[in-house]
Amino acid sequence: MTPLLEVDDLRVAFRRRGEPDTVAVDGVSFDVAPGQVIGLVGESGCGKSVTAMAIMRLLPARGVRVTGSVQLDGVDLLGLSESQMRERRGKDLSMVFQDPLSSLNPVIPIGLQVTEVLARHRGMAKEPARKAAADLLERVGIPDPRRRLGSYPHQLSGGMRQRALIAIALACRPRLLIADEPTTALDVTIQAQILELLRELVRETGAALIMITHDLGVVAGLCETVNVLYGGRIVERAQRHRLFGTPRHPYTHGLLRSIPRLDAPSGEELVAIRGSVVDNLPWEHACAFAPRCPRAVDLCTGTTPLAETSGGRLLRCHNPVPASAE
Amino acid sequence: MSTTWATRRKTRIDDLSAGRSLTSEAFRRLRRDPVALTGATIVGVFVVIAALAPLIAPHGAAEAFPALQENLRPGSIPGPQDGFPLGGDQLGRDFYSRMLLASQQTLLVGVLATVIGLIVGIVIGTLAGAFGGWVDTVLMRVTDVLLAVPSLLLAISVAALAASPSQTTVIIAVAVVGVPIFARLLRGSMLSQRDSDHVIAATALGVKRPAVVLRHMLPNAIGPVIVQATLTLATAILDAAALSFLGLGDADPGRAEWGLMLAQAQSYLDVRPALAFYPAIAIIVVALGFTLLGESLREALDPKGSR
Amino acid sequence: MLRFVLRRLVQVVPTLLLLSLLVFAWLRSLPGGPASAFLGDRATPERIAELNRVLGLDQPIFVQYGRFLGRVLTGDFGASTITGQPVLAEIGRALPATVELSVLALVIAVALGIPLGYLAAQHRGGPVDIATVIGTLIGVAVPVFFLGYLLKAFFAVELGWFPPSGRLSIDVDATNVTGFVVLDGLLTREFDASLDALSHLVLPAVALATIPLAVIVRITRASVLDVLGSDFVRTANSKGLAPGTVRSRHVLRNALLPVSTTIGLQVGLLLAGAVLTEKVFVWGGIGTLLADAITLKDYPRLQALLLLGALVYVLVNLLVDLSYAIIDPRVRL
Repeated sequence: MTPLLEVDDLRVAFRRRGEPDTVAVDGVSFDVAPGQVIGLVGESGCGKSVTAMAIMRLLPARGVRVTGSVQLDGVDLLGLSESQMRERRGKDLSMVFQDPLSSLNPVIPIGLQVTEVLARHRGMAKEPARKAAADLLERVGIPDPRRRLGSYPHQLSGGMRQRALIAIALACRPRLLIADEPTTALDVTIQAQILELLRELVRETGAALIMITHDLGVVAGLCETVNVLYGGRIVERAQRHRLFGTPRHPYTHGLLRSIPRLDAPSGEELVAIRGSVVDNLPWEHACAFAPRCPRAVDLCTGTTPLAETSGGRLLRCHNPVPASAE
Repeated sequence: MSTTWATRRKTRIDDLSAGRSLTSEAFRRLRRDPVALTGATIVGVFVVIAALAPLIAPHGAAEAFPALQENLRPGSIPGPQDGFPLGGDQLGRDFYSRMLLASQQTLLVGVLATVIGLIVGIVIGTLAGAFGGWVDTVLMRVTDVLLAVPSLLLAISVAALAASPSQTTVIIAVAVVGVPIFARLLRGSMLSQRDSDHVIAATALGVKRPAVVLRHMLPNAIGPVIVQATLTLATAILDAAALSFLGLGDADPGRAEWGLMLAQAQSYLDVRPALAFYPAIAIIVVALGFTLLGESLREALDPKGSR
Repeated sequence: MLRFVLRRLVQVVPTLLLLSLLVFAWLRSLPGGPASAFLGDRATPERIAELNRVLGLDQPIFVQYGRFLGRVLTGDFGASTITGQPVLAEIGRALPATVELSVLALVIAVALGIPLGYLAAQHRGGPVDIATVIGTLIGVAVPVFFLGYLLKAFFAVELGWFPPSGRLSIDVDATNVTGFVVLDGLLTREFDASLDALSHLVLPAVALATIPLAVIVRITRASVLDVLGSDFVRTANSKGLAPGTVRSRHVLRNALLPVSTTIGLQVGLLLAGAVLTEKVFVWGGIGTLLADAITLKDYPRLQALLLLGALVYVLVNLLVDLSYAIIDPRVRL
């Protein structure tokens, strides 16, 4: 199948006066097929959100350099003018953000925040747009949708707000939806509901979904392919069951071992990955993860590991976990 | 080589969290900030001139010169000439010397008014912030009412209480304007300190209340107040000038102070505009200097502003 | 809504009571006591004694305060020691001049300040922004009265574009209806008079507007910067909305909330500025009354102006609070 979205060698550098550039995304490439659900996984600061913002072209113009290509249906989004991009955002591709309260405009009613997208991209008049908005709110599970059109964000619960944001994002039936930690700010019980809703909706509308999260549990239930990011690069990519079954990169391995599991034999310790993202080495002449890696060898601090693909799995590691380890 | 890069980065983060205080971080940022440097330079030059004025000024502030007085007639005030680089003023005195000497008086009025307002404001704010309860309620009610009176109106009403205006009444009137501002600010800052961990810890360790207030709360709460004081120095000088303009300034004709000189020069604006321009520009530059310094201090002390 | 208004109105009462107490204390500490201060030049021991009796100064202090409060509430502020006329009537006559001036100044400050602040924020760090910020810093550093004289010397005397002082030219006949000269001209269809009055208004209004303008620009800029960085603006952009929609519906709507509070606070600045500006432009409004009261030690007038000035300020801020509740749905009514 021809991919819907092709991200090729995406690089995002933040420049600051008097300081060297900070490279947040460093040559990331991946494809998304229509209707496919993929995951971008990593700790905060690994570049997953910046990748999403770069695809949406929502990064500030000044002080940021984005290179590479992001093709949606064969059109390079990075080459579009700002106004051409505005025509597509919300219509062909849209995004759901992490914090539903701050992501909704506090001083205008929910209804208008939904209808304005319909008016913009579908040219809908006020009344039909209100009707469509009510239907959308109903579809995402907001009770009494007609009345809720007049509510303000602060009058809704966290879960309801996230549902409203999802309704906004899906209002024009985009073919690509990017969800950036959509459940992080929510209660655990609500998280499952929202994920279930997302799964249903993408199946229903045939949209492709890029799920961005630090939570492997979210990925496990949703994504077909998982990309693990570290220090702005993809360190491992595989089908979900293969990645969970036989993680090869020590970082993926560590992430999986740090999740508490109900089916684990009692007494088995949870293992934390030592250190934090600030201890990275530069990718130019080392493996960024080396200082935190339990399997680091001399090679790791002196040579950049290359991304190698074998059997549908991409791996960037000098000393991977043996396939039989798990 | 790559390892050293990592360690270097790591140590920087370590001493950020461990050793370096917020204040020294702030000063490091200030030293690189062109706005702060401009403000500090203006204020520095102003203070130096003010301190040395009696030494540099060739003549006294009240000293009149026959050479200048002779040419003084309605519609004409002598301009620059030998021995009097800026000419004379409306009473035949050396304008240059008066400009220099006025810097000292202006600084004096500004600083004294601010410091008096600051001290009273700190006392009120500390009492309110430290004790809370009805002390807080009463003090803050009064402060709110004072804040409700437009500042110049407040200064005017205080200055009007004096039988005859003098430098002291100007200073007190301008100081009163600052009191409610400082008090409110410090109280707010103290309140946020009262619930902070280190204050609770000190109290839990059995440190006596006055000691907690003076040693733990006040020093941590005072930052914003000091910033405000820098900004108030600018408005104090402007308010003093406004009072002079309204006839509530120093009645002593021999005194040289920029606001006073500017106010008096308004009557001679079409005769010799320089008499108004020089003091006006001096006031603007100095007020600007304090404002720049205050604003950049505020930004530097605000942890959010470090971006 | 009505309950909110009533609650806020009730909350103002203690503030006003405390204010009256402060003014009362102020009166008591006037040089020579209130009676001799009120009589001014006409003070003789007999008259002082008589006024002391009339003012009830021989009564216990709380009775005095009660009487003072009673007089204030009935609008009896005594007679001006300069003109001998009731102070309240004088103020009533002078009020339209000052209101006209302040309103125009506020309109100038708001109409220029908000777009300028927005523009500066949008081009943060660029030449427009830097010029604007420097302009606002200088704007607040210039003594108002000096700026007034400067404008007068240049635009009135040098260029002759505007009249140097007063509210109307001598040769213009205007019928007095409301006391608001511009409005009167429109009401009586004497449009020349309106135009003449407007041309008189320009320079003093510009001088008076400078500081509020600078303040509004700075607050707008800071507020817009804050909102531009917010998540919901990012959401608005992610919806692909037209830039105009993002600006007006999402950025401005939110950024103006703090600005509206600031506009309320400017009323205090305007009152103070009016004292200085009116003196420069011989305006004959409240500011002139105040300036004369200071020079000639007219304490009854000063007392009335002090109380009314603070009252207006408190009420305007109450209004701002109420309008805030209307613009911001998060404020509970």
